[in-house]
Amino acid sequence: MSLKPGDAMPELRVTPDRYLPHRYAGASGDFNPIHIDPEFAKAVGLPGTILHGLYMMGLVARAATDAAGGDPRSLKRLSVQFRGMGAPETEIVVSGTVKSAEDGRAVIDTVAAQGDNQTIRNAEAEVQL
Amino acid sequence: MTLKTEAVGKEYPATTYEVGKEKIGEYARVVGLDNPVHFDREAAQAAGYRDVVAPPMFAVVYSSPAAGPAMLDPEVGMNFAAMVHGGQEFEWDEPACAGDEITTTAKCLDISEKDGKGFYVFETDSVNQNGDRVARGTWTLIVRGV
Repeated sequence: MSLKPGDAMPELRVTPDRYLPHRYAGASGDFNPIHIDPEFAKAVGLPGTILHGLYMMGLVARAATDAAGGDPRSLKRLSVQFRGMGAPETEIVVSGTVKSAEDGRAVIDTVAAQGDNQTIRNAEAEVQL
Repeated sequence: MTLKTEAVGKEYPATTYEVGKEKIGEYARVVGLDNPVHFDREAAQAAGYRDVVAPPMFAVVYSSPAAGPAMLDPEVGMNFAAMVHGGQEFEWDEPACAGDEITTTAKCLDISEKDGKGFYVFETDSVNQNGDRVARGTWTLIVRGV
């Protein structure tokens, strides 16, 4: 696997269906009602249920792992900042650029966005090549 | 207003999580992973793993039970109604495989204020049954209007 500084990471595009947050809640154990109960979400001022930030981070991890060849062992570190809220039934695009690559390790700057809404910013993935 | 910071440095009781093969598969399917090493024992062993291997972000599943009580600690005193998950970092070492028993400890690393927001930083440290580190997590929660 060769990644060079400036290389674009292959994009990952995923459109979570409306029940995805329920499945993620079950898989992760995070049943915060803002993710699964539209009435509760609206009562606390949200437009509707929102995606789990850690689900979107899971997609960033998936994209970075794929960029390194697909072995889950290759992802050594992932650091993200959650900014915009993610909504179900809207396409998420995970993209990135290789920042550095040396000694068999590459650092990839990544972003997850729904249209102009960057839900994850300043994400840095370190992968072993 | 000055934030309470006496919880900085406080450590919380360890939790133990036994990693299950089907739980790994459930998590992997939800995030759309189709690599057979997450589902099939023979494929995982052929790739050099002891057993079906968890995706890296499965760290959330085995470390949250330790992180939760730290975040809910009244001495930390976070206002949950105004809280958002601001940032997250994981560093991974030994892979987590089905059958592993992972022990996680949590610590309140820092509480600080900037631009009227409270920044609460927690750390989780997860080791497996052999004492090898599996993952270290840094969890940053932001509370508006402190």
